[in-house]
Order: sequence, then structure tokens, then C-alpha cells
Amino acid sequence: MTGRGWVLPLAVVFGFVFLYAPIISLVVFSFNESRLVTVWGGFSTRWYGELLRDRQILGAAWVSLKVAFWSANLAVIIGTLGAFVLVRMGQFFGRLLLTGMITAPLVMPEVITGLSLLLLFVSMELTLGWPAGRGLTTIIIAHTTFCAAFVAVIAQSRLRDMDESLEEAARDLGAGPVRVFFDITLPVITPALVSGWLLAFTLSLDDLVIASFVSGPGASTLPMVIFSKVRLGVSPDVNALATIIIGIVTVAVLIVGWMLRRQARLQR
Amino acid sequence: MPDSQIAADTRPWRDPAARPFIQIRNITKRFDDFTAVNDVSLGIHRGELFCLLGGSGCGKSTLLRMLAGFETPTEGAILIDGQDMARVPPDRRPTNMMFQSYALFPHMTVERNVAYGLLREGKPKREAYARVAEMLKLVKLEPFARRKPHQLSGGQRQRVALARALIKQPKVLLLDEPLGALDKKLREETQFELIRIQETLGVTFIVVTHDQDEAMTLATRIGVMRDGVIEQVGEPRDIYEHPKSRFVADFIGSVNLFEATVEAAAPDMMRLTCPDVGGAVLVPPQEGLTRGQTVWGALRPERITLSRERPESARNAVQGTVEDVGYVGHMSTFRVVLDTGRMVRVTEPNNLREGKPISWDERVWASFRPEAFRVLTE
Repeated sequence: MTGRGWVLPLAVVFGFVFLYAPIISLVVFSFNESRLVTVWGGFSTRWYGELLRDRQILGAAWVSLKVAFWSANLAVIIGTLGAFVLVRMGQFFGRLLLTGMITAPLVMPEVITGLSLLLLFVSMELTLGWPAGRGLTTIIIAHTTFCAAFVAVIAQSRLRDMDESLEEAARDLGAGPVRVFFDITLPVITPALVSGWLLAFTLSLDDLVIASFVSGPGASTLPMVIFSKVRLGVSPDVNALATIIIGIVTVAVLIVGWMLRRQARLQR
Repeated sequence: MPDSQIAADTRPWRDPAARPFIQIRNITKRFDDFTAVNDVSLGIHRGELFCLLGGSGCGKSTLLRMLAGFETPTEGAILIDGQDMARVPPDRRPTNMMFQSYALFPHMTVERNVAYGLLREGKPKREAYARVAEMLKLVKLEPFARRKPHQLSGGQRQRVALARALIKQPKVLLLDEPLGALDKKLREETQFELIRIQETLGVTFIVVTHDQDEAMTLATRIGVMRDGVIEQVGEPRDIYEHPKSRFVADFIGSVNLFEATVEAAAPDMMRLTCPDVGGAVLVPPQEGLTRGQTVWGALRPERITLSRERPESARNAVQGTVEDVGYVGHMSTFRVVLDTGRMVRVTEPNNLREGKPISWDERVWASFRPEAFRVLTE
């Protein structure tokens, strides 16, 4: 056997262990009978049952899903418009500024984004009277701002890859610019928008910092609830919840991967 | 008289009084400080199959895109059927374009791709799809109507693109390297297919290509472009036999170019001194040349005859040695080094000939008729 024969498998094993050992231990302990998180007390689905009876967690999950759904929708609309303007409109005044600003939320520390949004909402409430107090609406707006940046990046790269002569061909065949956008551009970049939507959805589900800044009473997202529970000590039902989330995320990732592969095949 | 009448009917560009269908007037296109098309004027007649021929970056595609309306000319005007196109957007022009990449809509079936133009025109669906069926028949694609573009071969996609561009019966069809993506065999078949379709529908075709064989086969007339300028416009035979410049002579087919000096002009024959040939070359007299003027001679490889003995009737004959022979099947190509050291290319058809064929290292006479030596001044 050559030297390379065992180095590569070892590297793979090491990589996988590094990535998945924490997740696997979490999944295993979610089926633990014992109340002590680190002591194995036999197999049980008890914590899953307990989870379903926990009104606080179920309520927070519902809030999180609503926030993620609406902010993903809004982010796709705003992000697509931004990407289209940047890629297709050529040179215009302020283009460079927009290019920079659209990607700023990607690199900005979350604490700063959260804080600045909070200040904005507070001063808007004082001057405009809207949004009255903080809650679901403000979280959705906050999540839309940073999710839109991600969608814009994905949509931009898809638009750049797209053969521009497709749009020209549609123009040539008698379609006006708006018609071309809906008939040709949008369907062609739809797979990218779907993956952008899913990405925005997961990012929003995931977010703790920004949500903590801009939420108000009665609007706690799931990460916020988990975080506050864990501060009082890790309870096994959080493990069960995490396992369910991992399951959902895995399915979503598989769907996105399948769609992207299919898209790549269609592009010949 | 009847003969000239026919000529005028099928070749309107020969009649100076005929008004061209498409008039390109002093068109210039600049991108920042780069001039892609420089003061081009051109008239193209109804029913023509006009080829714009040139290397990459010569401005031929830019000119085509200005006709389609995707680029706005910096200066000049384009008239189609007497109408100024300056303020007409691409979706309102009486032109349709076939793109080099074909630009088939990937999310639509063949049928819907072809129908797209008609539906945008507001044609009722039933009527539109009936026309689509007819058009698919013309390009022999009926069995593929329900396929998506990615399920088709290159040749089939090319025909879908053609059908889609023709469905609105445009006054002018613009084709950007229509056969560029096909392999050699398919390309030859498709060339004649294109001519058949063009003659069936009578639409004016403007084809952009870098392939001189393609242009020669397809075109009623060719416009040879270089550096944003049209060097020469003419029928394929005209361009091949009477190139105006060294560039055109060299670009179309292969050619041996010689530098020469005008020595003496007699009424029936003109004599040039050509050091590369090793002496005097006799050519037919040509107007506008003065004694001592430096000119260029273009000699096509197939116009040179090789023989072991000096042909008695030949007015121009030089001796040389065969350096290389290439057998291509229907013909052979020779590289002959003349005694002056100059290498010339010669091609000879492989007819059944008496005797042993000429081979490597043989001493030969290269002879050519006076008319074969085309005198160029540009």
C-alpha cells in the first residue's frame, strides 16, 4: 500500500467525526431516559412527549415559523429586485454604493445590526407612531433586511450566469421589458430563488442575536426560548427539540441539493 | 436583351437604379474609445442572402445587433423598407434574429419556444399552434414538439432556433454564426437546408460568419469586414476572382502574394518585374497603373500548373523544386520552392493522369496564365 492509501481515509474519518460527533451525541441523548443530560439511563422517547406538552416551546416555535416564512418571502422579493438592478441595469448613479450596501449585512456583526435596528424602531415609533411597540412585525422587518442580502447574492450570481441572449431573444420576438422579466428571467432564475428562500428561512429560524434586540413582550422566537432555558441548565427536552430541528434542516438541505443538481443538469 | 433582363430580376444589386430594401447609412458604433463599426454604408435587397464575413472583432456582430436593435448606432441611420429604425425598440422591429447560442428558452418545450413570438403578437392560441405545427414541419422537427431544449441534439436545437425566428415571418432574418456550433458534416447539410428554406419563404437573410466556405456557399453577396470597415462587397465569385485588396485575397481562400513593380505597358500586355518569381511576369493590361509603381500580385494555388517540361505555350513559367506534397484525396497540394528561394503553394486535381505523378524533390516548371496573376494596388 502506498503512503497515500491510508492518509486520505483517515482524513475523511477525522473530518466526519469533527463535524458530526456533537450532533450524533445530541441525537443519542435526546432518547435518554434519565433526567441528567450526561448520564445514560436507557432508551426512551419521553422527552419528545414532554416537548409536545410544553406550551412555551410550541408557542415560540410557531412564532419562529411565522417570522421565518414572512421574512423569507419579503427577502426574496427585495433581494431579487436588488440583484436585477445591479446585474441588468448597467451603470447608474449610486451603483457602487448599492453594491457595497447590499452585501454589508453579510459582514456586519449581528450585535451591531441588531442594535441599529432597535434604535431605528424606537425612533420610528416616537416620530411616526409605527411600529407600535416591538414584537412580531419588528422581528420580521429585521430578518428581512439581512436575509435579503443573502438572497441578493445568490440571485446576482444566477443572473450573471444566465445567457443574456435569452432575454434579447424574447425582446426580439415582440415582448416588452416587463413581459421579458416575468416570461423568461424569473422562470430561469427560479431555482436560485427557491434556494435563496430556503436559505433565508433557515437563517431566520436560526437567528438569536438580532431577534433578541428587536423583539418585545409576547414575541419570543424558538432560539430565544431555548437560550433562556439552557441558562438554567440543559434539560433533555431541549435535546429532543434540537433533534427535530436537525431532521427538518437535513430534509431541507437534501431538497435544495437535489434542486441545484437538477438545475445544473438542465443547463446541459 | 432577355439575358440581361433575367440578370436584373434575380440580382437586383446589379441594377444601379434599384432601391435597396435595407439601407445602412454611414453607421458608426463606438464603445467608449473603441470603434467597433466605422462609417459603414451598405444596401441589401429584398430576398437576398447576404453574408457579413470577417474575423473575430471585425464588427460584423455589432452591425447585426444594430440591425436587430440591441445596440444603438453612435452615428448614422438604418432604414428597413424605407422606415427609419432609430427610435424603434427590438420588439417592434420587422426583424428577427437567430442567436449564435440559439438562446432557446430552457423552461419551455420546443412548441412553446416557437409559438412565443406569435403569442406575444396577440395571435389566438389555436391559430398560433397551427402555424407552429407547419413551421416544425418545414424544419423537420414535428416529432420533437413536446421536448425541452436540453433533450435535443445540437442540430435539432439549431432548427428550433431557426423556426422560432421565422414564425413571425419577419421582413429580415438576422443569423449570427448560424452553423458555428455544428460539426463539419452537419454544417454542410444545414447550409443547403438554409438556402432551401430561404428560397421557400423569400425572406431576406443577413448572415454573420467567420467561415469563408460557409459564406461562399450560402451568399448571394458577401461583405468582407475588417476593423469595423467593409473592405469589399460582391458576389462570391467576384470576391474570389477579383479581390480588391491583399486582405480580401488572403482572407478568401488561399493565395500566393507577390510584390512587383510595373515595368512596361503595351496595349495588349503589361509587364511587371517580380523579384520573387525571378524576372518578368506578363499580365493583362490594367488601367490606372503607372510605370515604376509598386503593386501586389495574387496568384491562386489552383491556377498554377506543374509540369516536368516547360510548357511551350505558357507565357509565365518559372522553375523550382517540389519540397512537399500533400495528398487530400480529390486533389494534391504542393509546396514548391522557386529558384529565387520563394515558396509557393500549388493545388492540382487528382484526375487520372498519364505518367508518374510529380513527387518530392523533383525539378518542375510552375506555369500560369497572365489572367491568373491578379494585380492589386491596395
